Amino acid sequence: MSSPLYEKYLRIQKRKLWLIGLSRLSVLAVFLALWELAAGWGWVDPMLTSKPSLLLSSFRELAFEGSLLKHTWISGLETVVGIAVSMLLGTAIAVLFWWSSFASKVLEPYMVVLNALPKVALGPIFYIWLGDSYSIYGMAVAISIIVTIIMVESGFREISKTKLKLMESFGATKPQMLRMVLLPASVPHFIATLKVNVGLTLVGVVMGEFLSSKAGLGYLIIYGGQVFQMNLVMVSITMLALLSVILYGFVHLLERFARKKYNYEA
Amino acid sequence: MAQIELTDVGLSYFTLKQETEALRDINLSIKHGEFISIVGPSGCGKSTLLSLISGMLKPTSGKIEIDGAAVSGVSPKVGYMLQHDHLFEWRNVLNNLTVGAEIRKMDRGIAKRKALELLERYGLGDFAHHGPSQLSGGMRQRVALIRTLVAEPDILLLDEPFSALDYQTRLTLSEEVFHIIKDQGKTAVLVTHDLSEAISMADRVMVMSKRPSTISNIHEIRFDEGEGLSPWKKREAGGYHQTFNAIWKELEEHVVASL
Ligand SMILES: Nc1ncnc2c1ncn2[C@@H]1O[C@H](COP(=O)(O)OP(=O)(O)OP(=O)(O)O)[C@@H](O)[C@H]1O
Ligand SMILES: [Mg+2]
Repeated sequence: MSSPLYEKYLRIQKRKLWLIGLSRLSVLAVFLALWELAAGWGWVDPMLTSKPSLLLSSFRELAFEGSLLKHTWISGLETVVGIAVSMLLGTAIAVLFWWSSFASKVLEPYMVVLNALPKVALGPIFYIWLGDSYSIYGMAVAISIIVTIIMVESGFREISKTKLKLMESFGATKPQMLRMVLLPASVPHFIATLKVNVGLTLVGVVMGEFLSSKAGLGYLIIYGGQVFQMNLVMVSITMLALLSVILYGFVHLLERFARKKYNYEA
Repeated sequence: MAQIELTDVGLSYFTLKQETEALRDINLSIKHGEFISIVGPSGCGKSTLLSLISGMLKPTSGKIEIDGAAVSGVSPKVGYMLQHDHLFEWRNVLNNLTVGAEIRKMDRGIAKRKALELLERYGLGDFAHHGPSQLSGGMRQRVALIRTLVAEPDILLLDEPFSALDYQTRLTLSEEVFHIIKDQGKTAVLVTHDLSEAISMADRVMVMSKRPSTISNIHEIRFDEGEGLSPWKKREAGGYHQTFNAIWKELEEHVVASL
């Protein structure tokens, strides 16, 4: 049995959560309302800003007659593939750096330079080497992989030396240390990296599409800009926002699952 | 015949900045089933000595033998219990206990049964499927000991296993651990800063000098009350205080000298 005081505490906490959720929605509602009114009453030029009601109708148009959903799907797929590739490849490289401190020391300055280099500058190279559809993956992976390596590697370093010493005291080999300690202990870091990568990979995909593609939301945005179709641009941006919400949602689910399975605190 | 034999063992650590001579001319032989404690000033090389016996470190000079064979690499005969328990949070208690067995590719089923049996015997039977974070400090330390035992070593190396615990838990746990080790018939080497723990648990107490460390003296712990006394009984024995004072004096000289 919980005491009345505790129940009161729970009620107050619950009310707070409700209030936060409600306020979040109101912020969005107020923003959309202001936008609509400002454009409707001529405070701003709807040619330049479009407006929510127009967006809704052009969304309907684009979704059912045009190919908005197809473009969204393409960008989404590119993002997911990009994330998967940079997580796998990045983790593999981080493992290599842990395995061989020689390799890690040799390559460290190159990592620093690569990390600082604006990856967008590589766009034309990817376009020439990989062609117009694969260059998007190139860009997506280029933007997120270095961060993946750095984050996963620093996670490896944080794992206490003595945990590995314990493994060593039983005579563990490096693959055993990797499988039994490094990877499971890094699960929280993998999730954190994944969160960062959702954002970064989306940037990479859109950049890639700006530069070269014939499809995807980035292409729609550029195209909309060129033909001065603000509705198209805004609808595409909204779809991008939705896409990132969905991807974050997946990562969030994965995190909940991992926290149960690997028993760690956030 | 001695189970562990160290002959003229010396060890120096090399780093880019300097060379540290940690141990010099260590000669020691430990009999089967014996319990020996090591005390000495901080940084004198006690942990280093355990690492040498475990095979994780190679001596710079001299030789180390276990059961007549030179030590080369980590031997399955040796179980090393480190200062911190280092239970893996992502595994439950039972699966933590089988870590050593897993590394050594021992039969999983047997290891599990053994782990459960030891848990039961040492009062942790209900916690097999709990996470490590749900255990108290003393329980974690007991789990760490069982983890070492599940790998079936003949020799136990204990590096300050109780230092993270409060005084009361230490006393109880050292009593328990003493009985666990004795009824399993293991040879044990215990490093500790707590002199009363060293005396009450061991058959012999080895005092080390400051760095570069040598063995300053080895004290036989023998009381009129009989052989193989438990830690409680030893603390109550008539000659206890005399022994304590003698070793304390000797230790004090080294500690003062190292300041
Ligand atoms: N990996 C290492 N590299 C260089 N020097 C080391 C290393 N490990 C230990 N030493 C040095 O060797 C000496 C002995 O260290 P050791 O850890 O064996 O001491 P200890 O007796 O266990 O000390 P404490 O009682 O504080 O645990 C110390 O002076 C330490 O600085
Ligand atoms: Mg030590």
